[in-house]
Amino acid sequence: MLNTIDILQTLDMLDRQHLDIRTVTMGVNLLDCAGGDIDACARRVYDKICRRAEKLLPVTRGIEAELGIPIVNKRISVTPIAMVAQASGAADYTPVAMAMDRAAKTCGVDFIGGFSALVQKGFTDGDRKLVESIPRALAETDLVCASVNVGSTKAGINMDAVAAMGRIVKATAAATADRGSIGCAKLVVFCNAVEDNPFMAGAFHGPGEPECAVNVGVSGPGVVYSALQGVRGKSFDEVAELVKKTAFRITRMGQLVARTASERLGVPFGVVDLSLAPTPAVGDSVARILEEMGLAVCGAHGTTAALALLNDAVKKGGLMASGRVGGLSGAFIPVSEDEGMIAAARAGTLTVDKLEAMTSVCSVGLDMIAVPGDTPAETIAAIIADEAAIGMVNNKTTAVRLIPAAGCRVGDSVDFGGLLGTAPIMPVHPESAAAFIARGGHIPAPLHSLKN
Amino acid sequence: MKAIVSVFSKDRIGIIADVCTVLARMKVNVLDLSQTIMDGVFTMVMLVDTATSALTFDQIQTTLTEQGRAMDLNIRIQRKDIFDAMHQI
Repeated sequence: MLNTIDILQTLDMLDRQHLDIRTVTMGVNLLDCAGGDIDACARRVYDKICRRAEKLLPVTRGIEAELGIPIVNKRISVTPIAMVAQASGAADYTPVAMAMDRAAKTCGVDFIGGFSALVQKGFTDGDRKLVESIPRALAETDLVCASVNVGSTKAGINMDAVAAMGRIVKATAAATADRGSIGCAKLVVFCNAVEDNPFMAGAFHGPGEPECAVNVGVSGPGVVYSALQGVRGKSFDEVAELVKKTAFRITRMGQLVARTASERLGVPFGVVDLSLAPTPAVGDSVARILEEMGLAVCGAHGTTAALALLNDAVKKGGLMASGRVGGLSGAFIPVSEDEGMIAAARAGTLTVDKLEAMTSVCSVGLDMIAVPGDTPAETIAAIIADEAAIGMVNNKTTAVRLIPAAGCRVGDSVDFGGLLGTAPIMPVHPESAAAFIARGGHIPAPLHSLKN
Repeated sequence: MKAIVSVFSKDRIGIIADVCTVLARMKVNVLDLSQTIMDGVFTMVMLVDTATSALTFDQIQTTLTEQGRAMDLNIRIQRKDIFDAMHQI
């Protein structure tokens, strides 16, 4: 029987509230591509990605048409390249990044992630080479994304890696200075990185994952925002209930897409990631959801509490809607990719310090934040250390994706175009953390008992 | 395959007849239909079965879009699964 109201509600979400599937990401194991010299390794990487993902684009386009729902991004994630390339003995892994880039272009996907290393406890020789290769690899490719995991709740924080990443972020900004330092938009530094994240720039196919898997990232800030307009002035109990119900609907759609894609690609279904991922489009903003809850501007006092409610309700609603939930699952707060956050940052209400507080209750971290080009590497490393500490102690994923935009100062902005959006340059504290970062070594893992 | 056909347009005489004629030509069977005028906009939702048609879903979709455009109607067809997934536990 037809339920016209439900059908029209869904059509309205699709037409006016920016409801979409943010990404279908195919994870591909590349461990069997290791061995031989770096060029042989790169050839095998290219061949395997193309073989596994050749049907990804036609299949997802077919699902888009049949269901009438946009699938905004089609992506590939691969085994952390530090594990794949180190058998080659080469000093620079850029040839593998270039092979990934070519494969992504052949398959017609938007991004490919996994130029990555997991160094929370220490560096292997291969990890160190990969980290040093990042600036050149990101400068010489278009679609490759890199990530480095520098800490975890179980292992603590590798402060040598934190210091190195401060330097690498700066070097990447310099290597792509002619393009607004866009290389940094494709580089994430994690604590507690997850192995099945479908979202970029931090996606990689973790070593605990199967040969191949399809992970789906849903979206839907616009739908939540629109639903909340119906409960203005009501209590938070009603707000939480409404967000849960809305997240349920959004996730059910993600589950349907994931199951259909998995069947048609002949690849196991991995997870649905329940993230509320904003875009720069008006009406698709996480900041505007927080403001709809009663805040004059995102970043005002109360923002952290509002985000905590949103993040939790999204998970509770989504969990029941999908057989397998994973990835990052929560609300994202990438500044340059969120129209409301851009406005709040320009107004000076949303600051890096407030964003840091918000990351203790949201699903990731300091994301797509542009800072002055002359910010010292040690200051960037110290920001990474703070963020990693929040993740380590609170047993959650945190990440840093900072763009020290070359030649830019507070008041300027950098435009990356597309989903990466526009980033106003935000001030950071000028006081030095150089002596703190110079110590190096390891911050021990936190205690997990005596919690009183 | 069960699918939902939705039609939005400025109201005029013969919209249901026009859409049903296109569907009948493709041998797509109409199972249920609901039509109303919402804020002055002709709004119709149909449940159809494409299994009776020799055409692929893709061909049916293209024909509906093109013929809809020619008749100044916004017609789309989507698998019913998406609406079931979102509104039924």
